[in-house]
Amino acid sequence: MTKVLVIAEHANGKLNPATAKCVTCASQIEGAEIHVAVLAADATEVAAQAAQLTGVARVLKIEHSANAEPLAAVLAPQIVAIAGEYTHLLGPSTTFGKDLMPRVAALLGVGQISDIMAVEGPYRFRRPIYAGNAIVTVEAASDRKLVGTVRTASFQATANDGHAEIVAVESTAELPTHTRFVERSAAATGRPDLQTAARVVSGGRALGSAEGFQAIYRLADKLGAAVGASRAAVDAGYVPNDLQVGQTGKIIAPELYIAVGISGAIQHLTGIKDARTIVAINKDPEAPIFEVADVGLVGDLFEILPELERQLG
Amino acid sequence: MSKILVALKRVVDANIRVRVKPDGSGVATEGVKMSINPFDEIALEEALRIKEKGAAAEVVVASVGPDDAQQQLRTGLAMGADRAIHVRADQPIEPLAVARVLLKLIEREQPKIVLLGKQAIDDDNNQTGQMLAALWNRPQATFASKVELSGDTARVSREVDTGLETIEIDLPAVITTDLRLNEPRYVKLPEIMKAKKKPLETLALDELGVDITPQFKVLNYAPPPARQKGIMVKDVAELVATLKQRGLL
Repeated sequence: MTKVLVIAEHANGKLNPATAKCVTCASQIEGAEIHVAVLAADATEVAAQAAQLTGVARVLKIEHSANAEPLAAVLAPQIVAIAGEYTHLLGPSTTFGKDLMPRVAALLGVGQISDIMAVEGPYRFRRPIYAGNAIVTVEAASDRKLVGTVRTASFQATANDGHAEIVAVESTAELPTHTRFVERSAAATGRPDLQTAARVVSGGRALGSAEGFQAIYRLADKLGAAVGASRAAVDAGYVPNDLQVGQTGKIIAPELYIAVGISGAIQHLTGIKDARTIVAINKDPEAPIFEVADVGLVGDLFEILPELERQLG
Repeated sequence: MSKILVALKRVVDANIRVRVKPDGSGVATEGVKMSINPFDEIALEEALRIKEKGAAAEVVVASVGPDDAQQQLRTGLAMGADRAIHVRADQPIEPLAVARVLLKLIEREQPKIVLLGKQAIDDDNNQTGQMLAALWNRPQATFASKVELSGDTARVSREVDTGLETIEIDLPAVITTDLRLNEPRYVKLPEIMKAKKKPLETLALDELGVDITPQFKVLNYAPPPARQKGIMVKDVAELVATLKQRGLL
């Protein structure tokens, strides 16, 4: 019997939307019974949210004071301890899942399929390689556990009309103390989350400075959009690292993506391929971003941005 | 004095846009420029800086791959590594198998820190460091953007989706690098000459007794679906009108 365990990502008592996308991926595995594991110090709220995800049969609450922060070295042995009955273990291809799932896989003695973008069979998946310049179809043996991370931009979130049972599972694994959480610095922006926003405005190196980048924030606020950036803009220090979109940053799939002053290196383009509509604004008509843009405008961004702001009212 | 082991992977250079072969059997890599995986280069740079600060005595670079991988090891030696270990593997080798090979090298070398890139830019797997830490039963600090050593612990800032997270780990440990940890140095010509004389040891996979049987079969390679050709607009007014017409504003 096919049984899939999805590892929930959460913070501050809230389930991360990436988990609902993993459940969608899991539900495309034929005949799968889907369980979600919530590892937390107090899993009550998150487990209740996970129980509503359509398609989930059971939510496992694994509560332990050591689970207050998501440390892979601490979580992995607890997941391995309950892995026995499952054929598949999935986590999101976010920094949480990327950190955790390979550790789980290695402890189980199996490989991992990263960034699953399509399910072709219970043991057959498609995934991107070379910054999305090639898509491979990968098959795993069915007599081993399948561990994978799910490329969240490739799946819609499952609905919220489920009523899964919630079961408390005791954490019996021996937990290491060699890894300790110190702090997290998250900028509270009040803007939509880059990974899930319907609209994203991104800026590149052409913005010239952190001050110049303010024009991107203003346009984003006008549109109710999240803010993103190219690697060049992050490296130059205009914006923090969590805004980076691309191969090694965030892979996003908004309805509308507006790229301003971004030339369009392949590493950036791989992060936006699933956007419904891409708008590119760049002064160089030869910029590769125009090859993928649905709507392109050539010109000086320092003239275009204020004008755009004005016309949007 | 302590040792740092750095794993380097030979990959298609980051500036090359690879193409899928027409018969779907793979990507065309013949004759294209090959380099050290950029994240691994950052890992090596970090190791060298740690050594230069006096917190490590030796930097050893290792690569698992075909004979040509020795070119990247030589580049690593030219950057400043003290010696190199090449584990010869002619067939493609999965991250779990690489982790098992690296574990054998750890048993032999007893490093205080193993540094490697968070992902290789060819397969984009982002697995090897985490798997190695698991097999070694030691801490992992992935996606590092800052590493501060203090005795037998390290404080590592990690680039995570919500910003930066700092963890403290006991050494020995595995650290995987993100882009902004440092900017790797350029190699100067005299260093390249000097690197030719540095020790480079080659090991056969079967000497290490590691099972590298692939667990996965790649059935097909395909180019990504192309996006439909877009339109160019002449000014902001036309842009706004187009977006409104498409229901996007």
